[in-house]
Amino acid sequence: MKHKLLGSWEIKKTNTSSALKKFGISVTSIVLGLLFAGLFVLITGKDPLQLYGEILQSSVGSSYGFSETLVEMIPLAFCSLGVSLAFRMQLWNIGAEGQFYIGAFGASYFALFFSDLPKLIMLPLMVSAGFICGGLWALVPAIPKAFWNVNETISSLLLNYVAYFWMAYLVYGPWKDPKGNNFPLTKIFPDSATLPVFGNTRISYAIFLVVIIAVAIFLLIKYSKWGYEISVSGSSRKAADYAGMSYVKNVLMVMFLSGAISGIAGMAEVSGVLHRLQQTISPGYGYTAILIALLARLNPFSILLVSFLMGGLLVGGFSLQTSGFPSSMVSMFQGSILFFVLAGEVFNNYRLVRKKV
Amino acid sequence: MDLNYIIAILAAGVVAGTPILYASLGEVIAERAGILNLGVEGMMLVGAVSAFYVGTFTEDKWLGLFVALIAGGLMALIHAVITINFRASQVASGLALTIFGTGLSAYLGRSLVGIPPTSTFKAVAIPVLSQIPILGKIFFNQDIMVYLSIILVAILWFVFYKTKAGLLLRAVGENPSAVDALGHNIFLIRYVAVIVGGMLAGAGGAYLSLAYSPSWIENMSAGRGWIAVALVIFAVWDPRRALLGAWLFGVIASLGLHLQALGVMIPSNFLQMLPYIFTFVILVITTRETKHRRSGTPAALGIPYSREER
Repeated sequence: MKHKLLGSWEIKKTNTSSALKKFGISVTSIVLGLLFAGLFVLITGKDPLQLYGEILQSSVGSSYGFSETLVEMIPLAFCSLGVSLAFRMQLWNIGAEGQFYIGAFGASYFALFFSDLPKLIMLPLMVSAGFICGGLWALVPAIPKAFWNVNETISSLLLNYVAYFWMAYLVYGPWKDPKGNNFPLTKIFPDSATLPVFGNTRISYAIFLVVIIAVAIFLLIKYSKWGYEISVSGSSRKAADYAGMSYVKNVLMVMFLSGAISGIAGMAEVSGVLHRLQQTISPGYGYTAILIALLARLNPFSILLVSFLMGGLLVGGFSLQTSGFPSSMVSMFQGSILFFVLAGEVFNNYRLVRKKV
Repeated sequence: MDLNYIIAILAAGVVAGTPILYASLGEVIAERAGILNLGVEGMMLVGAVSAFYVGTFTEDKWLGLFVALIAGGLMALIHAVITINFRASQVASGLALTIFGTGLSAYLGRSLVGIPPTSTFKAVAIPVLSQIPILGKIFFNQDIMVYLSIILVAILWFVFYKTKAGLLLRAVGENPSAVDALGHNIFLIRYVAVIVGGMLAGAGGAYLSLAYSPSWIENMSAGRGWIAVALVIFAVWDPRRALLGAWLFGVIASLGLHLQALGVMIPSNFLQMLPYIFTFVILVITTRETKHRRSGTPAALGIPYSREER
């Protein structure tokens, strides 16, 4: 192929790519991504290395930072496992943020209005509420997708804003704590509605659930017939139809599960970390989750690892605020890394070779 | 509700629709060439922050707008390289661009929060036309960027349907290998379309920070970039329908803001949801229609082009 913009190089298709090569490409992509984002920091007169050093120091440089990184990892991993399931079927569910909110809403409902229930009933009830509410919220874009092929990327994203304002309505309105000095938050959950934590950290036992879900997804994809159907429907709808797999049913089920797992993340956040519902329950977990799923190539165990790394980046971002930077600038690093990961993908399937003259 | 009040809501609707119109027109151009760019939200934010930065410090709104065009174009260039050269997923690359732009704009704008603007686009009544009853107040007593956006719709319509360049652009989105066989450079055409699209998204951002609500607030586009992408489907890739959709959206948004003033007892949060729910419903309805008529969507949209695989 002649590729004018590549000069004397050309791209050859290769079908083999070793695990080592894949790993090497991923690491290189991350480094290049950080360098690229660093350029923007550099041209505005700041030292990117110092910035990265601060992020590293505050996230994994102390035992407190390390534990906080794990706290952030939990919602990221849940949401990312959720979206990865949809991505596997080529369903671009980018509504994890909203599904997270609605899951938190469902779980909070029981914590606030059935506060007399014993812990042993309350916690499973809250997990189920988060699961079901998140799943139902994901069905809102899934139904038009399944029946009329309505673009789920845009529709699922638009619903994030609806979920956000619904939450704002609750915490500013009917659910506001009357004794909360007018802050947009509900009253604190009863003890029975809070997840246990490890020692004196803020890491809740929800981390076990994250691992269980990761294993379950691995088994589902690798060994179950349905997992196989999802992958086939994802790569070719025609092949799936031909094999008698119901596309509509699979879209609905996959999107429900995808949203439901993000819904559990919302439950885990209000029950395990915040112990109340408030307007700001997420610094964009649902969006970072997309990046994590892509970076991990949808592999559930890689998702756990990448969630840890991105959790560290978030913790680092919070600490940058003390130096006068907005914490949301970490999305600049995330986006930049994703650019290079996507561009690097081509080297997994293709090889750059010098043109023979 | 008296007539003057309705006129005020409609006039505010045109203003609210204008940033979305710019972004939608840009996305129409890119998608016509076969490249889906979901980075509109990010490009708008970077456009907004650069326009405000330059416009405020040079006290020149035009220079601010110009820099927003460049910034939007450069952002789009990243998407072009990743999707055209590296043939990566257009959905994923667009998402990356939005994530990147959100962070970059927050970083660049960190010292701009709370700073008052020094040069903004203000309403300029067009002589004679602004005297037309009702219509004059709605359409001809606006700022220059509103007028420019209407002219842009006319230009794009003309280019798309009356010129050879427009025919080529549309053909690239429908059947790139045929255009390639005729000896035209697919890569170049797609590059230009994506970059011009990004420039217009940048202009939409500039409108937010220099005209709609002159200031810089982190994440100030608040989903408008996504609404713009949704409106492209409503518009069936036609600039004239993009204008209609953007204004319709603008009126819904301004109606939401005014309902409370009229004493309608709906909590403000529900009114804030309105534009997103409206866009969602419009998206579902128009997709069903388009599917029924089997027309509109550029056939090669989202598919990377490779000469060896044609």
